[in-house]
Amino acid sequence: MKIHIKNGRLIDPASNTDKALDLFIGAGRIVGVGSAPAGFEANSVLDASGCIVCPGLVDLAARLREPGFEYRATLESEMAAAAAGGVTRLACPPDTDPVLDEPGLVEMLTHRARLPEFAHVHPVGALTTQLEGKALTEMVELSEAGCVAFGQANRAIVDTQVLLRAMMYAATFDFPVWLQAQDPFLAKKGVAHDGEVAARLGLAGIPVAAETIALATILHLARETGARVHVTRVSSAAGVDMIVAARAAGIGVTCDVAIHHLHLCEVDIGFFNAHARLDPPLRSVRDRDALRAGLASGAIDALCSDHTPVDDDGKQMPFDEAEVGATGLELLLPLTLKWAREMKLPLTTALARVTSDPARILGVKAGSLAVGAAADICVFDPVAEYAVTRESLRSQGKNTPFLGVEFPGRVRYTLIDGHLAFDGTLAW
Amino acid sequence: MNFMSASGNPQLNKHGELNHLLTIEGLPREVLERILDIAAPFTGVAEREVKKVPLLRGKSVFNLFFENSTRTRTTFEIAAKRLSADVINLNISTSSANKGETLLDTADNLAAMQADMFVVRHASSGAPYLIAQHLAATGRDHIHVVNAGDGRHAHPTQGLLDMYTIRHYKKDFSQLTVAVVGDVLHSRVARSQIHALTTLGVPEVRVIAPKTLLPTGIDRLGVRVFNDMREGLRGVDVVMMLRLQNERMQGALLPSTQEYFKSWGLTPEKLALAKPDAIVMHPGPMNRGVEIDSAVADGSQAVILPQVTFGIAVRMAVMAMLAGNS
Repeated sequence: MKIHIKNGRLIDPASNTDKALDLFIGAGRIVGVGSAPAGFEANSVLDASGCIVCPGLVDLAARLREPGFEYRATLESEMAAAAAGGVTRLACPPDTDPVLDEPGLVEMLTHRARLPEFAHVHPVGALTTQLEGKALTEMVELSEAGCVAFGQANRAIVDTQVLLRAMMYAATFDFPVWLQAQDPFLAKKGVAHDGEVAARLGLAGIPVAAETIALATILHLARETGARVHVTRVSSAAGVDMIVAARAAGIGVTCDVAIHHLHLCEVDIGFFNAHARLDPPLRSVRDRDALRAGLASGAIDALCSDHTPVDDDGKQMPFDEAEVGATGLELLLPLTLKWAREMKLPLTTALARVTSDPARILGVKAGSLAVGAAADICVFDPVAEYAVTRESLRSQGKNTPFLGVEFPGRVRYTLIDGHLAFDGTLAW
Repeated sequence: MNFMSASGNPQLNKHGELNHLLTIEGLPREVLERILDIAAPFTGVAEREVKKVPLLRGKSVFNLFFENSTRTRTTFEIAAKRLSADVINLNISTSSANKGETLLDTADNLAAMQADMFVVRHASSGAPYLIAQHLAATGRDHIHVVNAGDGRHAHPTQGLLDMYTIRHYKKDFSQLTVAVVGDVLHSRVARSQIHALTTLGVPEVRVIAPKTLLPTGIDRLGVRVFNDMREGLRGVDVVMMLRLQNERMQGALLPSTQEYFKSWGLTPEKLALAKPDAIVMHPGPMNRGVEIDSAVADGSQAVILPQVTFGIAVRMAVMAMLAGNS
């Protein structure tokens, strides 16, 4: 199958390209940028007039809910959501049921996910068995089964000796360790940022210190062990400052932020809106602004959807009883564009945070439109409005604080290994 | 559907009238004053030979108590009965919630029994909002919701009866200094009192508590924070004590009831720092010797029992007003 994507504005953050260039695809790979290779004859021509052609999005956190939570979502529904959102590669956290702590489970998941219209799936293996923070998993076996990194999803390792040893063991093989920084004691029973809104609404608070204390532990142990640490879902200004300082001190740490924390803050809880029940909690306006600036400067490496589909029953509960999380695969692109517009950032910079930068963290060759790269491509109309409704969301999870909002930025085509996984000209 | 995050106040109907009473925060001063005004003649109903007025005749009021409370449930029940309503008490902490029925399923079932009003008490902050939202989303907005205490969030009728009591004894809010003393962190009563006091124009609202019992950001609610009770009580017109629950002695919030009483218990000696005509209030039930000395609780400045009496009139006023706004 040879495809010619014509008349588009090509943005490739990896090569700092932003130019009107056609793209030529053959045998699942990019074979020409700007000009076709000799003898190229397209079987199919995709019109990208008025559109931006960029690498497919790489999402560092998308819960597919398989195995175990199929009533919330299935691989089919969430892969359709990924394709509709222009996401061609994603990492999934290990907090499935059973958790991803055995090679067989990881193999089954990656096997199930191996369909041409499905995004590439990179499981993050559990760092400890059952995510209990007690015993190490078989990381070598899990790595051979396809795990790109090891983490705890949003469950902390309470025992710091276990954390130290887990990081040492991972460092032995140079396996990346992905950790969320939240002290479980300071976060105990907390459901919202410990600030003015929690005080007004009478919600139990999670102070910023829950993040900074856990982060201090993680950063110290990263220095001790030399482990390659990636901090997931930074939520506070103080957290960003600590990561910047750690890097200046020579610790090779990376981090990401979720789309919700880039655009929302504690005030968006409104009158107990359970869609704003997130982990980590939405923090103050000042924190949100620091996250926006940190992502722009590169202090924060990547932006992820933190996609967490929850069924209606899980959200139609009092705020403190509601399930945490929001659906996000289909919002990653529009919310990246919204942030770029509001921060007046060049699209090469903004799109890097959802393509080449997360690919670097995953340690995979992806997120680039160079000749020879896999043809994982997102073609989107930056002006056309995308309305977030229960009907428009392909994800089984309709849980998002952005329900009813319209954003510019609609995906026209998503290609995965040169396969047309989503055709927005038909779908809308 | 996205009612919760809408900027409008979910308590008001499209005419700007009170449709539910969920919190005092954000209600206009006129609405609060109107409730107090309506309550005034109801205090006389209890003195009549027939203690009833027919304002809610034929209406069904469901007391949905997901958390035990004999006192509040009883006062709502009395208030509804004096308005001639039919009252159905449901103690749900011991029934369907334990059988796995969700809050909204319970509400749906009771709505199907032609309820006119839900009086809701729940351990989770915001639970009555969820019910009100659900009723609005399903076109049953004619069923009114009264928050009878949700988590740490609000207890609006308690806040209103406290305001009624203050107005009864002090007449004018605009010259007062009021202190709220005790476990503000866990108290829905304190939050409702603070919003009511600031809305009604009390120029100085103080909160007095150890740092472990004050929520972060409490100063943003328009109060002056004192940790020292003697300093905080100096010159106040009204002392509003909060109940300290026994479980606060666990979890490293406080070392002991004795030490708490020493620093934040209201004794005659500490009360002497307030104005000579200061009144002492308490939402009940009291822990004598923990937050309040018996000499104060039973003393001449205490207005704790009148609070209970006024509470019935204020709850009658709220129910009558909501039913009248149908």
